[in-house]
Amino acid sequence: MDKIKITIDNKPITGRAGMTVLEAAKMAGIYIPTLCYHPALTPFGACRLCITEIEGMRGFPTSCTTPVNDGMVIKTNTPQLQELRRGILELTITDHPYSCITCPTNGRCELQKVAANIGMKEITLPYIYKKRPTYRNDPFFDRDYNMCILCGRCVRICHEVRGATAITFTQRGIKTVIGTAFGRPLQESGCQFCGACVDACPTGALTERAREWAGLADRDVVTTCPYCGVGCQLSLQLKKNRIIEVLPHEKNEVNRGQVCVKGRFGITEFVYHPQRLTTPLIKRNGKLTEASWDEALNLVTSRLANYHKDEVAIIASAKCTNEENYVTQKFGRAVLGTNNIDHCARLCHSPTVAGLARVFGSGAMTNSIHDIGEAACILIIGTNTSESHPVTALEVLKAVRRGAKLIIINPREIELVRFADLWLRPRLGTDVPLLMGMARTIVDENLMDQAFITERCENFDAFKKSLQNFTLDTVTQITGVPKDKISEAAHIYATNKPASLLFAMGITQHSHGTDNVLAIANLAMLTGNIGSPGSGVNPLRGQNNVQGACDMGSLPNVFPGYQQTTNETVRQKFEAAWDVSLNPTQGLTLTEIFDAAHHKRIKAIHLIGENPILSDPDANHVRKALETLEFLVVQDIFLSETARLADVVLPSASFVERDGTFTNTERRVQRVRKVIEPIGASRPDWWIICQIARGMGGKGFDFENPSQIMDEIAHLTPIYGGINYRRLQKGGLQWPCPTPDHLGTPILHTQLFTRGKGRFTPLQYRPSAELPDKTYPLVLTTGRRLFHFHTGTMTRKVKGLNTLLNEGLVEINPIDADALGIVDGDILKVISRRGEVPAKARVTEWSPAGVVYMDFHFAESSTNILTNTALDLVAKIPELKACAVRIEKSHHR
Amino acid sequence: MTKIKTQTISPQNENILIRLKRVESQFGYIPEESITEVAQSLDLPVSEIYGVATFYSFLATKPLGRNVIWVCQNLPCHLKHAEITIDNLERTLGIKPGETTSDNKFSLELTNCIGACDYAPAMLINRDLHGNLTPNKISQILKLYK
Repeated sequence: MDKIKITIDNKPITGRAGMTVLEAAKMAGIYIPTLCYHPALTPFGACRLCITEIEGMRGFPTSCTTPVNDGMVIKTNTPQLQELRRGILELTITDHPYSCITCPTNGRCELQKVAANIGMKEITLPYIYKKRPTYRNDPFFDRDYNMCILCGRCVRICHEVRGATAITFTQRGIKTVIGTAFGRPLQESGCQFCGACVDACPTGALTERAREWAGLADRDVVTTCPYCGVGCQLSLQLKKNRIIEVLPHEKNEVNRGQVCVKGRFGITEFVYHPQRLTTPLIKRNGKLTEASWDEALNLVTSRLANYHKDEVAIIASAKCTNEENYVTQKFGRAVLGTNNIDHCARLCHSPTVAGLARVFGSGAMTNSIHDIGEAACILIIGTNTSESHPVTALEVLKAVRRGAKLIIINPREIELVRFADLWLRPRLGTDVPLLMGMARTIVDENLMDQAFITERCENFDAFKKSLQNFTLDTVTQITGVPKDKISEAAHIYATNKPASLLFAMGITQHSHGTDNVLAIANLAMLTGNIGSPGSGVNPLRGQNNVQGACDMGSLPNVFPGYQQTTNETVRQKFEAAWDVSLNPTQGLTLTEIFDAAHHKRIKAIHLIGENPILSDPDANHVRKALETLEFLVVQDIFLSETARLADVVLPSASFVERDGTFTNTERRVQRVRKVIEPIGASRPDWWIICQIARGMGGKGFDFENPSQIMDEIAHLTPIYGGINYRRLQKGGLQWPCPTPDHLGTPILHTQLFTRGKGRFTPLQYRPSAELPDKTYPLVLTTGRRLFHFHTGTMTRKVKGLNTLLNEGLVEINPIDADALGIVDGDILKVISRRGEVPAKARVTEWSPAGVVYMDFHFAESSTNILTNTALDLVAKIPELKACAVRIEKSHHR
Repeated sequence: MTKIKTQTISPQNENILIRLKRVESQFGYIPEESITEVAQSLDLPVSEIYGVATFYSFLATKPLGRNVIWVCQNLPCHLKHAEITIDNLERTLGIKPGETTSDNKFSLELTNCIGACDYAPAMLINRDLHGNLTPNKISQILKLYK
């Protein structure tokens, strides 16, 4: 990086080439007043306040648009500059109301700050009231354009960073006002309600309604978002120990000042929701009634003690912290004596963990989120990134803006298709032939990275041989994708390096999910796109701590750090550490646990923070299994659909009421911080588990705080070996981080694959387990939406999110809708071999003909009553992404 | 498929005005659906096209009368009392700026500089320039239009 020496206000400063004068001044701690400048945006030069005097330059260059040059001598604060600024600011203030005292942004306003710096003695121009529109009917935030100073930060962040393009400058001159196209409501304008505009607004024009009159925060605490696996850092704003606002944190490696609607506006309401569980509940005469902690804990310990180790199972939670998952699996293994421990990762990325561990040696995302922005090509397959991982999608947009090629492979027309160079729309469940077809083109046209294959991989010849079955004619016939498009995708992916590959549940939730993952791994190795910045195989993980829950061994086959339970040496290590003898047999997986419960082989389940009645396939079967149990304990923050079936419900503290760590999708271990006391008598899950474990005579559960638990984790888990709370204070660490002086690992497999050589896998095409037929002619696929999370336990408590979406919709292509006489808004019955659910029709070309789409957020339209339990043989993941259904019009609901 | 590139400066931007003018000459104004269509055909956001369409006085985003009067309100015209012209037109036609007479004969619009400062105060009716306006002159001029 070229160093450049400049002088600002007589202070010698070393800057970098490409920096602006404003950035150099900021770096040196010199304040220059600005209003239109925003660090995330390209310079705009509109407010004219950042003018400077630069020796040898004519006029007063704006420092935000002037790049630094060697030897520049800059003055930022001369009397003449301040006088000019006063004049400029006066023009701005002339039509900005002076009613600061009653303004919701009073004390946080940048206009006030700038005016204070410049020193506005008087305003000589007459004040003009603009009579601009104010909008107070949208969810979450108000827009009062009388306060607007037209800096354009909201418009630019909406276009440049978020890609939503919902708002723009309309009209001209004195009439200019920020607005949507045709003045339509935000909900009809493509707005994502991410709040980036609110955060970018320097004045009170855009304000979060819920915090408007809360005044100024008296402290702020950084913590990790509890929703998806991106792991955005949030800055909780507190006043008198109450959270008044949740802002995106800026100085971190993950979200860098951005966040999605759920993290920005969807937290405070559920934390303080009146329906939070505040006391333990015990089922008496079929009714859950309030109980004391002593009663509840005694009941749990005495009942669980009655069961043989093969009759109990633990369902752990990807929403809980690493520390909680650690003590949970320790409780299961060391106290209950069982390996019957699993959690929802079984239903999301178990094929990724199984597949990638087999061919790379590690089942996690190879690169970092921020790294995606550096890619020259991004291939996105089986992920609706902008809805499921909104902040990760921003990195994709960043790369596209820099000129990266974007290929989308998805049967549905997802939001990112708007930005794509190429969109392939294969038939559902035909990913293996499509990816093999691309691989074949790459091999046939000699576009592969021969050096990488020879030096770093093995089994290439067998793989190459298996490509014989995938001629483009065959592939086109199976997938429905035209030959030239397959070939074009192969060319783009192979010739634009580095290429990053993103995938999620559209790949994994199939009865051939592991094969799908292996096909992806093959493609990346074939083109040498592993182990370098901007490349990689990047599974996007769904839950906030699903990576961590797997890392901590909340799985039936591994101890923390993926150390096999069947490995004698490993088991001895844990037996010595925990001072018990451990069960060597592998436990049951989540899907097997419910089957075993159905057949009364599992009699008691301890379930933490999950809601399988809505999230697991064939929900009626799950419900029956849970009802068949003799004893069900549920820990949760709300009385979820599943908790209602429990014999004992233990109230958990929410993420702001406990300390701990979450590990995000890019393997980054980040702190979760306690900011308020637990609501009512709720308690952190780690505390609850430790109480039960001790009550059952367990040793080694005397932790005083989660920091001590992390020290034990580090001691027994090589990939977490160097992680402790003192280090995490400074920011997250990416595992593997084996020693206290190790800086963490942003990119895996840089020199060698974790297993040594990357292994190519020959593959065959296997169709989905349930294909459409005469009785069930449509294919149902499922997914998530931006405005809700998972089974809605948290998001459906948030009024604004419910305003944005409050019911299950079934997306159906106009061709299918016409054939069935369905119009938009009709109430339908969606029927599969396993059950039927009601849902409202949304007729849209987003769904291809023959495919209908539903999300699984809404208990009223419980999609998973329909889905298929057919399992992937390796990972035991059910085929949630494809089942056969038929649709009927319903005449009543 | 609607494809949108995020670059705000692209060769396509140059085509926006040409497209919008073409739409306007076809319909007499630019309907909402046409803005959406132009956006889709140029791979640009709808909001951006709407912003451009509302920026220019000479692009109509609502139906106008048979004859459109554009009164200049820039500085030289202002100094030469453009407000008398505006006032006079309002009274004669019985409409305010932004409105159209009920017989659809005239629409009254205000605009920024029309490049006729030396004839201030000035106005355009359709494509005809009328300068050095006085109330008398205005009533004569209006008679020329049907």
